[in-house]
Amino acid sequence: MTWWRTAWLIARRDLLVEWRSRVALNQVFPFAGIVMVMFGFAIDDTRLMESIAPGLVMVATMFSLLVLVQRSFALESEDGALDALRTAGVSSSALFWGKSIALAAQLAALQALLIVLAVVLYGSSVRPAGAPLLVATWLSGSWGLATVGTLYGGLAAGARGRETLLPLLLLPVVAPVLIGATRAVEAALGARGTVVDGWPWMGLVAVFAVVFCVGGTLAFGPLIEE
Amino acid sequence: MADMATGRTAATTATAATRTLGIVTLVGVAWLIVSGLLVSPADVNQGESVRILYLHAPSAWVAYLAFVVTAGASALYLFTKKNSLGWDRLAGASAEIGVLFMAVTLVVGMLWGRLTWGVFWRWDARLTTTAFLFVTYIGYLAVRRLGGTPEQRARRSGVLALLAVLEIPLVHFSVKLWRGLHQDATVLRPNGDVKLDGFMLFTLIFGVAVFTLMYVWLVLHRQRTLTAEDLLDDVGLEIAIAERRGESRPPDLAADVPRSDRPRPDITVGF
Repeated sequence: MTWWRTAWLIARRDLLVEWRSRVALNQVFPFAGIVMVMFGFAIDDTRLMESIAPGLVMVATMFSLLVLVQRSFALESEDGALDALRTAGVSSSALFWGKSIALAAQLAALQALLIVLAVVLYGSSVRPAGAPLLVATWLSGSWGLATVGTLYGGLAAGARGRETLLPLLLLPVVAPVLIGATRAVEAALGARGTVVDGWPWMGLVAVFAVVFCVGGTLAFGPLIEE
Repeated sequence: MADMATGRTAATTATAATRTLGIVTLVGVAWLIVSGLLVSPADVNQGESVRILYLHAPSAWVAYLAFVVTAGASALYLFTKKNSLGWDRLAGASAEIGVLFMAVTLVVGMLWGRLTWGVFWRWDARLTTTAFLFVTYIGYLAVRRLGGTPEQRARRSGVLALLAVLEIPLVHFSVKLWRGLHQDATVLRPNGDVKLDGFMLFTLIFGVAVFTLMYVWLVLHRQRTLTAEDLLDDVGLEIAIAERRGESRPPDLAADVPRSDRPRPDITVGF
């Protein structure tokens, strides 16, 4: 079986499990939604909310990322699925890519939902001029978060106390995405600056995605092989 | 480091060399206190608060040095053929001391900031990166305690230490970009530069040297303690296995040998 085919099968498996169990759809997405509502309660100032909406979207994404990554690796730990895959000789880099693709797809859907919620709840508006920037940030942000989430999720998988360890490891690492994507989305939505100002920030997110994609491909094997 | 190779059950982690190093370090610290607090002059702009520099800068230096050593030792563990656990323990010992000195740096730095800037914290790139480093290595130490065999621990934490090398420049760069958008805050600028005269500069350099010695001293001891901990795990396992075997023997054979007199497994250690 070719490397790509393996990666694709793993991504398909993860998404299929997700589709049948609907945990992300019935639990994680509503969780992200309630976080957005909680921000509204805490801030309670419509004008302020509109200007900080991009940041709130990204923070809600980070929280949901933690939950999604836990879920993604809970599937592997249950019934020794990860061990079975390793025994079957599945290449660890293909496993990394497969899980990253599945996670990226879920994150992309989640972020789309959060942007819609920002429009509905916080009064943000998507300008046509900002749409390409928004889409580019959305895609590179999803991919960057998915790769780094898979990498650190794999590290914490199967360990005692992983629920508390993962946020400690993951949140400092995703700071560049939080900074870059927030500034880019601010520019795209017109909350601050012009659209042109946002593109370098999108670049930062893209660089992050590339760095952790390469780093994860190399490092995932040694992390999960025991 | 090497004289533990005989597997002697010494009750101390000290050797003649580390004892000498320890004495030199303590004398140096004593002199640094005298020099920093009494002999060296106050600063023209900052007054007496400049004396914090003699603690702040050396601890920051040690923290960064410690993290560089952690990364280097992790790379040596992962990429040398022998995969010697000694490198892993050096990485772990160094990271622990790095976290300790980074905490000192942050606390002392905040106090100094309060005195010179009027605020504890500034969202400056250097400060923010330092805080991230601190949290990252706390995470690293948590990963070291995940359990499993020493080899699992070594590989896991080794990869993590190298990922931190990847992460930190990225965080620093993005925070720098982020701050660049708002203001250009630089450390030591707002209330006037610290102008160091000859003796102040000497005290500072002396402090860095003493703290480096302290780092080496602490790392050597900590590395030996970690070695002993790993040994204890191995020995504990072997004793448990031996006792288990003892239980499976016929009761009349096992009963006449008191538990503590049963033959212990031969433990030979080499690293």
